[in-house]
Amino acid sequence: MHDADWQPRIVAFFCNWCTYTAADLAGVSRMKYAPNVRIIRLMCSGRADPQFILAAFSGGADGVLIGGCHVGDCHYAEGNLKTLRRFQLLKRVLRDLGIDERRLRLEWISAAEGDKVRTVVNEMTEEVRSLGPLGLPRRFAEWDGEMTHLEGLAQTAESQVEEAKPEAAHA
Amino acid sequence: MPKPKIGIYWCASCGGCEEAVVDLAEDILGVVEAVDIVFWPVAMDFKKSDVLAMPDGALAATLLNGAIRTSEQEEMAHLLRRKSQYLVAYGACACSGGIPGLANQFSREQILRYVYEEAPTVANGSKTRPQLQSGSDGDALALPEFRRVVRALDQVVDVDYYIPGCPPTPKITQAAIAALLSGKPPPKGSVLAPDFALCAECPRRDTKPADLSFTHFTRPHQVLLDPAKCLLAQGVVCMGPATRAGCEALCPAGNMPCTGCFGPTLRVRDQGAKMLSSLCANIAAKDEAAINRVLDGIPDPVGTFYRYSLPHSLLRRKVDLPDPVGATAP
Repeated sequence: MHDADWQPRIVAFFCNWCTYTAADLAGVSRMKYAPNVRIIRLMCSGRADPQFILAAFSGGADGVLIGGCHVGDCHYAEGNLKTLRRFQLLKRVLRDLGIDERRLRLEWISAAEGDKVRTVVNEMTEEVRSLGPLGLPRRFAEWDGEMTHLEGLAQTAESQVEEAKPEAAHA
Repeated sequence: MPKPKIGIYWCASCGGCEEAVVDLAEDILGVVEAVDIVFWPVAMDFKKSDVLAMPDGALAATLLNGAIRTSEQEEMAHLLRRKSQYLVAYGACACSGGIPGLANQFSREQILRYVYEEAPTVANGSKTRPQLQSGSDGDALALPEFRRVVRALDQVVDVDYYIPGCPPTPKITQAAIAALLSGKPPPKGSVLAPDFALCAECPRRDTKPADLSFTHFTRPHQVLLDPAKCLLAQGVVCMGPATRAGCEALCPAGNMPCTGCFGPTLRVRDQGAKMLSSLCANIAAKDEAAINRVLDGIPDPVGTFYRYSLPHSLLRRKVDLPDPVGATAP
């Protein structure tokens, strides 16, 4: 099915005030967790534009994790609620477009919960591993493989007409 | 000095864009005064061989409408690209895939099976389907291949300009042609329409609340709409905030919500995701169950947010369709 050396690739959008700080805490506490997440720090989970998430998938991510402050604790009052609503609708869109909703996860992780970062990242890595690669760049290339030979075909048709030397064309 | 030559061609489209050119009405005389139309199969008697006989770059511009679905359309797109100095994606289908692009939610097999076997209006007991090669009484017949994926024009060939809309309005079309003939063409890749959101030119603009708050979503056939009030304020999904202006808000003026045919503005990559983002931010509910009850008012989010832009979206297509690579049925 897929390469034996494939490893899940997860893009994580963490908010500056809670989850990113928690990831820092996990680091200084020398906790070990799966190296499969690429963390991108945003000022608020509410800044995780759905376009970023789709861009991560289409660019080769196998999963996307969003981390924000617990409800009620958002540094910007309700940014994380916006994230929650977008997450619910985006999951419906992803399902309709054939992406398993387990590939997108939203977690509230406070600055004190370094341990939760470890647990969530480990869990998600294993879940995505069991789902296998999403591999969208490869799929896009496969889809477009159906038209690679066409420009050549058009050229051939043209040279055949030239050989036939048609009467003068329309002015 | 000879007049510049232009071509007009259609691919996977409904014919509405051709109609839009005809809708220039007597203004088309001004266009014909400035240019020679030398290829327009829908309206005039020119053949592909006429185009093949032209030198490369002989056409000043070609307005190509329609998405690209078949091998024949791909071939014509390549041919017209080579023969034209400017290749213009005309209309929503050529710009971003359009309505035909919604077929990217289904596999080729699903589509062919439905159309030739299962549709209630079809009587096809022998389950005959179009074949790439066939023959009867010694005549050989060839049909173009039906591709698995619907594509926007710029996913097949290089495109110089985009004229959006389903269809582009006469005003947008005339302004675009004037810009192309002006001797000072806009930068390559330009969308020849204003670069701000539709709300700015909507007659209902002043009734749009600063703090939209959705407690439910409804669809136009379910309620009697107030013809003067912002449609979003009435709980209707109106794509205005995520859609480029230029049509002068024709649909809201007709008491229908914008469905997004002009595509996004320059700063947005994925129109559907952006609209989803904007709507969700303004839902009133604060817990998961209540949020989902509100979202149930949008039964087909892909068809709503990506009505004209699925092939051009970041995901392009339903990603897990079962179509084996290399299969070549029509």
